Amino acid sequence: MSTQKTFEEPSYLEYKGKYKGIFSWILSTDHKRIALLYLFSLMTFFIVGATLGLLMKLELIAPGKTIITAQTYNAFFTLHGIIMIFAVVIPGLPAVFGNFLLPIMIGAKDVAFPRLNLLSWYFYVIGVSLVLISQFTGQGPPDTGWTFYAPYSFRTTGNMLPAVFGAFVLGFSSILTGLNFLVTIHRMRAPGMTWMKMPLFPWTLYATGWVQLLATPIIGITLLMIIAERTLHIGFFDPTLGGDPILYQHLFWTYSHPAVYIMILPAMGAISEIIPAFCHKTIFGYKFIVASSIAIAFVGYFIWGHHMFTSGMSGTALYTFSLLTFIVAIPSAVKVFNWISTMHKASIDLQTPFFWAVGFLFVFMIGGFSGLILGALAANIHLHNTHFVVAHFHFIVFGGTGYAFFGAMHYWYPKITGKMYDSRWANTGLIIFFLGFITLYGEMFFLGMRGMPRRYYDYDEIFHTGNIFSSLGAIVMYFGLAVIIINLIASLKNGIKAPSDPWGGKTLEWTIPSPPPVENFDEIPVITKGPYNYK
Amino acid sequence: MVTHRDDLASKTGMWLFLFTELLLFGGLFIVYSVYRYRNPIAFHQAAHELSVVIGTANTIILLISSTTIAMSITALQTKNKKLCLLLMGVTILLGLAFLVNKYFEWGAHFREHIYPGSSVLALRGHGDVLFYGLYFFMTGLHALHIIVGLVFILVIAVSIFKDRINSENYVLLENSGLYWHLVDLIWIFLFPLFYLIT
Repeated sequence: MSTQKTFEEPSYLEYKGKYKGIFSWILSTDHKRIALLYLFSLMTFFIVGATLGLLMKLELIAPGKTIITAQTYNAFFTLHGIIMIFAVVIPGLPAVFGNFLLPIMIGAKDVAFPRLNLLSWYFYVIGVSLVLISQFTGQGPPDTGWTFYAPYSFRTTGNMLPAVFGAFVLGFSSILTGLNFLVTIHRMRAPGMTWMKMPLFPWTLYATGWVQLLATPIIGITLLMIIAERTLHIGFFDPTLGGDPILYQHLFWTYSHPAVYIMILPAMGAISEIIPAFCHKTIFGYKFIVASSIAIAFVGYFIWGHHMFTSGMSGTALYTFSLLTFIVAIPSAVKVFNWISTMHKASIDLQTPFFWAVGFLFVFMIGGFSGLILGALAANIHLHNTHFVVAHFHFIVFGGTGYAFFGAMHYWYPKITGKMYDSRWANTGLIIFFLGFITLYGEMFFLGMRGMPRRYYDYDEIFHTGNIFSSLGAIVMYFGLAVIIINLIASLKNGIKAPSDPWGGKTLEWTIPSPPPVENFDEIPVITKGPYNYK
Repeated sequence: MVTHRDDLASKTGMWLFLFTELLLFGGLFIVYSVYRYRNPIAFHQAAHELSVVIGTANTIILLISSTTIAMSITALQTKNKKLCLLLMGVTILLGLAFLVNKYFEWGAHFREHIYPGSSVLALRGHGDVLFYGLYFFMTGLHALHIIVGLVFILVIAVSIFKDRINSENYVLLENSGLYWHLVDLIWIFLFPLFYLIT
């Protein structure tokens, strides 16, 4: 299986191109180098966002003002939200692992538009920079939350324009990445790789690409309207000028709910790669996983209203959105059953990426079920805008996408860097992280159920005990995160050389050396079998 | 790196990008529909104040320019570089004519103190504020697309002049044509929404 071919080409890390030093990275159109550019910038922003989160949890360790003022708290949850949503989890797996692995997994030498790919990264950096500039200029940082809800977003004196425009530019980056992947998948699959012979990670990137392409323009135009409202006083959403703030919410969630599937679909794709590789078994129900990805992407468009159950909608709209919310849970559940069935009677190789995948299943299930509670109309009235919602989406977004991201990181690390990491430290970090995670967010379900609202820096004395647990969990989780990241960085130096196929994977990336040569394949492979061709 | 040309990929990419442009305006069409439904009388009366003559003239100008850009592609395919450049020049001139008309049209509104945020407009009520807000925003965004399209066509024309784009390799010209048709198509929707439906 792992017949190491002799390549004359240097690996993409050693390749000497036209430019030297840092320019050989920031001007490179090689999809692998662009993926690493994304990885480093994204991890930097992730650490910034996580630190803001930790500071908020420290503020909440006791009632009243603990370390930061109310206004600073508002600015922190806004920046935490914008960075984590628009700059970390939405680009997340597609920009990093999609860029690195999509061409390799479908047997291509690069994406369809390499220069456009680099341009997307520049848009990404410019977008985040604008968001960060908003913090330090004008009359104080934005304080609307990442949703920029009207009418507050054009009434606040906070410095909204750069933040909103930054989100707009980030949307552009996302659209261009999606467009690039769609064309790549349509045009550049290796000979013999029919749609039903394509691995599942590219499949989920394909579904994600459509969501990125068809949903993102809506947020683009909505953010432009907010900008026009603030600068030209047009009155799209201002009730004093005849506008309707609820219309803003509709437009916002028309994008931002499908965006949840931009975050989770590639995560599901990565899990679908990891599980068969460590079970050494063909994935159970390949076609069902493909179909459920498409179904999630499709139904995901029609359920935005469940973010607005208390905003004011007709009864018919409420029932419809609630029903569709329950329906979208079905394809996700199909995937979970497929993953578990793959493990059935398999001789499982217990390695770090597999632990991440199992951790993903655990937190994703909790996140998913709590989503159904929120999707039920009566329960939603009670739980709306409480910590229950915060717990739910952190279980799904951080628990789902975050775990899959770290799983993917540990799965493809040998391929990307050419080094093996220290599994013992990786597992230790995972366990600390997992315990912290459950304590931090698990507790929030109970706090929310008892009525603690989100987005306040203060709370009633009765919530104190729960918040102490939650905040201590945050500290533990942050520590676990540090162990994981430091181990991965240290292994770059100390790790032993990785073979081309350390886990016994069967997809195309494991047939080429680690790290891959510049052109990926010296000869484009001809595909005759399905992607998970285990015994 | 080995670059291999794939014209179909290039065109697919352009089409996908055009989808996103349509959806960008789609969001505005939704906002327009909602506010028209809520303020039928104000929208009805405000629409009467727009100049149907200039609107019609601009529609015809854009339709002709779409034809000339389409013809320029055929001209290049048949290796008639001179004719191709001429037709592209005509397209650019027509695009500029559209913008000039737009300038006079907007100028007339501004002289009557009708622009977003004006106090005269505010006195006329919510319906008028919304109608003109949408009018300036949507036609303004469209005009921005016209400018982008003109720059795109100009850049391609320079490439054709320098023979970087020729009868063997004209996919970029086709893409600029596709973009120009989209700009035209969006206007075909804006024109009845603001000028004709009263």
